[in-house]
Amino acid sequence: MKFSVIIDALPYLLGAAVTTIWVSLLGVLLGQVIGVIVCVARQSGGRAADMAGGVYVSFFRGVPLLIQLLLIYYMLPLIGIDVPPLVASIAALGLASGAYVSEIYRGALNAVPHGQSEAALALGFPGQSIWTRILLPQAFRISVPALVNELILLLKASSLISVVGVAELTRTSQTISASNYRPLEIYLAAGVIYLAINSALALFGTLVERRLQQA
Amino acid sequence: MTAVSQTATPPRATVQGDAVPMVSIRGVGKSFGTNEVLRDIDLTVNKSEVVCLIGPSGSGKSTLLRCINFLEVYDRGEIRIEGKLVGYSDETPRRRLSNRDLRSLRRNVGMVFQQFNLWPHMTALENVAEALVQVRGMDKAAAAAHARRMLDRVGLAAKADAYPARLSGGQQQRVAIARVIAMEPHLMLFDEPTSALDPELVGEVLQVMRDLAADGMTMVVVTHEMGFAANVADKVAFLDRGRIAAFGTPREVFHESTEPRVQQFLQTYHERNSF
Repeated sequence: MKFSVIIDALPYLLGAAVTTIWVSLLGVLLGQVIGVIVCVARQSGGRAADMAGGVYVSFFRGVPLLIQLLLIYYMLPLIGIDVPPLVASIAALGLASGAYVSEIYRGALNAVPHGQSEAALALGFPGQSIWTRILLPQAFRISVPALVNELILLLKASSLISVVGVAELTRTSQTISASNYRPLEIYLAAGVIYLAINSALALFGTLVERRLQQA
Repeated sequence: MTAVSQTATPPRATVQGDAVPMVSIRGVGKSFGTNEVLRDIDLTVNKSEVVCLIGPSGSGKSTLLRCINFLEVYDRGEIRIEGKLVGYSDETPRRRLSNRDLRSLRRNVGMVFQQFNLWPHMTALENVAEALVQVRGMDKAAAAAHARRMLDRVGLAAKADAYPARLSGGQQQRVAIARVIAMEPHLMLFDEPTSALDPELVGEVLQVMRDLAADGMTMVVVTHEMGFAANVADKVAFLDRGRIAAFGTPREVFHESTEPRVQQFLQTYHERNSF
């Protein structure tokens, strides 16, 4: 073990960690949007929407993320869409995450008592306001722990996008260790960085939960 | 569902003023599968009247109440509020209306629930102001000011910024009442408003309801509070197995009715509440 190797590589690793973080965050944001849309569509969009949502969820939950990533990366050019690796990666993370998030929200919505929307209905609320003002805010509160969990899983899963050549933390670690022949030190450092990021996320989740509980 | 008997001449808008009852229920029936929960219900509620629905549990009183604002769908007969048919298009054969079509009716009919159903992620003030913004289209500042006056009316101005979890059951129910009266409804429906409360908190809610009645609010109240029904109601309807078994003034129902089921019900009530 030579710690000077880690010190030398640290600027590159931290730079790559920043890429990991923002790719993951974009993936999570996209996943949130997709998840909410799919969840609401399945609950209130009739049978066709429910079935389409069901197919989406079972595909993106049932196929490994690595395969999804490669499919998006190699298949889209075939139909004439040329996607940069970064875009393909964010899309894959977002689509996969959206499937899980829609199921998280579905569970959370079931936990909101029926009387909550009934009170709004009896007051004459438009359907859209019942969703945006009453149901989704409560579902969000209930699902914060599961969403933080999902964020952490996604951040770790983002190491898979190294295979399409995005210079995130895992890919950068591979590149450095291939040139200095010090894989142990470099991967150890990468592992510690992942751990630090996820610990920060978990802490953030606890703070959000505590904040929402006061309300 | 069986065919619907339509009255030949439904009340028209040409009938003037007080002649149109606030609520007119004619031949209403409802079934869950083969179980008939409401049978041939006739009931009229005039403007500024307080009508209490009493009876044993499972008698259909809550179901009937929930049919009035169409939270529950009735299959047969018709319910009219201020002459307007509830839940269906006024044509033959009638077509069931969607929640969207029901909005204009529901904004004039307030409902208070047994479980309060306050929104836990909003303060008392926000609970009251929300419908003013979402349904009446008021701007936020005006809605908040109006909501504050309503909370004051139910004696909770000091709790405006408290979340429901920090309020007692009685206070929560008073906020729920403020939320409804803020919309200036023509009619208020109460579904066992004190049944979920600790006994010592019942009085404060009943007092708010008494004040509303004194102000001329038209109210239909499903309740187990016989004292409230006896003292405040103009009319009492006793339901049993989906039918109105007795109807009249509190005196007529409580003291003069010879209907054995009413007497048995009151007997049980007295025994349970004596010690």
